[in-house]
Amino acid sequence: MRIRADRDVCIGAGNCVLAAENVFDQDDDAIVVVLQETPDGADAEAARNAVGSCPSGALSIEET
Amino acid sequence: MTGAIALPLHMQRDRYDPPSRMAELRERPGLEPVTTPLGLRAWLATRYEDVREILGDAQRFSSAGLPGLPGADPDERAGNLLALDPPDHTRLRRLLTGEFTVRRIRRLQPRIEQIVTEHLDAMEQAGPPADLVERFALPIPSLVICELLGVPYADRGDFHRRAAIQLDLTRPLSERGAVAAESRAYMGTLVDRATADPGDDMLGMLVREHGADLGRAELIGVASLLLIAGHETTANMLALGTLALLENPGQAAAVREDPAVTAPAVEELMRFLSVVHSGMPRQVTRDTEVAGTTLRAGEFVVVSLPAADRDRALVEDPDRLDVGRAASPHVAFGHGVHHCLGAPLARMEMAIAFPALLRRFPALAVAGEPEFRSAAVVYGLRHLPVSW
Ligand code: HEM
Ligand code: SF4
Repeated sequence: MRIRADRDVCIGAGNCVLAAENVFDQDDDAIVVVLQETPDGADAEAARNAVGSCPSGALSIEET
Repeated sequence: MTGAIALPLHMQRDRYDPPSRMAELRERPGLEPVTTPLGLRAWLATRYEDVREILGDAQRFSSAGLPGLPGADPDERAGNLLALDPPDHTRLRRLLTGEFTVRRIRRLQPRIEQIVTEHLDAMEQAGPPADLVERFALPIPSLVICELLGVPYADRGDFHRRAAIQLDLTRPLSERGAVAAESRAYMGTLVDRATADPGDDMLGMLVREHGADLGRAELIGVASLLLIAGHETTANMLALGTLALLENPGQAAAVREDPAVTAPAVEELMRFLSVVHSGMPRQVTRDTEVAGTTLRAGEFVVVSLPAADRDRALVEDPDRLDVGRAASPHVAFGHGVHHCLGAPLARMEMAIAFPALLRRFPALAVAGEPEFRSAAVVYGLRHLPVSW
């Protein structure tokens, strides 16, 4: 899997950081930063939950 | 409009639960026509999927359509994120989000822990019985938001009263409008003080860093929204959440004993209680369709957050409180561009307060009839008598 984040769409709610701290962070303006584009194992599972809980639709997963 | 109002369907509750009619509506195709407390005719959405679709599309569903309260000042809307659409909303929200990142909020953790400890100490010293709303659930989030924003905590008597009236749908519109104007005037004095001498708090930061982009009216609007949204919501979650835990002793024990349960328990209490009934009514911007119902431009849509969060499409056995279940992508903080700005703060306050309360008073018990309040923008408890 590959994580895509659209920083123009992100509203900085931080749900992704809480759901998958190893995969996502926020910059100083709260906009999402992807730490791992291709997480695996438990991080991949957490990343899926993060994508599901993102309120703005900024995150997507590309299955590779 | 005067006197008692019939409570509209989306505000009715049976203790923790949305009315059983919501479950019937979820099973039926389409949206349901309803009338809101302001006499607005609207469509009601109850399914998780439909609620996410509506809140997730600010282009088709505007938050700016609601008429203002009579008697409120003409700047009433300035700075009110909840009543703005993109791109105005985006611009204003981006000035604020940096203050509410998960990392920024984590820095507040030691101070929030201290505030919680002080309130528990005071409760313990005064001894049982106590009203948990007055001693714990309301003062903690109030003090936190006051310090964060730069609002004198000594003024809380007045702003608690004003917030309660502004959110109380049984009050005449003229009274709510007048009180809203009073709140803005109060915040105006704080904004002027911060403009003259900006401090380290959020008001000071907004003036210092964004004083050029934000007018006085906008600053007042933003700060007023943060003050009211920052204490009323979390206070009701703390009170109602404690009652729900006390009535489910096994779940209270899990929260008391296992720190790993805290984070999912907070999400489950948020989902199960969904204290904000619906957020802003959305206005349809162009003819469209949701769940097979045709919606015309100009019509309003109300979403039921508790109904959506009790949808089997979200979790199994949704009417059961289960603090052990994995965190679900509930809509209790909303969805889409208006998703709660304060969510990281509210989550941290709850994650600290619930376990601390249950650990300090292992014998905590309900000691009288809790008083529910329904006809308000935020559902919750007016009083919760407890002993230990
Ligand atoms: C458990 C506590 C809380 C709950 C249940 C809650 C719920 C919500 C909901 C449902 C919305 C969306 C309304 C809509 O779409 O019309 C919202 C928005 C908002 N909340 Fe919260 N909230 C909580 C705590 C807080 C706190 C502590 C703050 C401030 C520090 C806050 C500030 C805001 C703001 C500013 C908005 C407007 C965001 C926007 O329109 O972009 N909330 N909240
Ligand atoms: S959850 Fe979505 S909106 Fe929130 S910070 Fe992450 S990407 Fe942005």
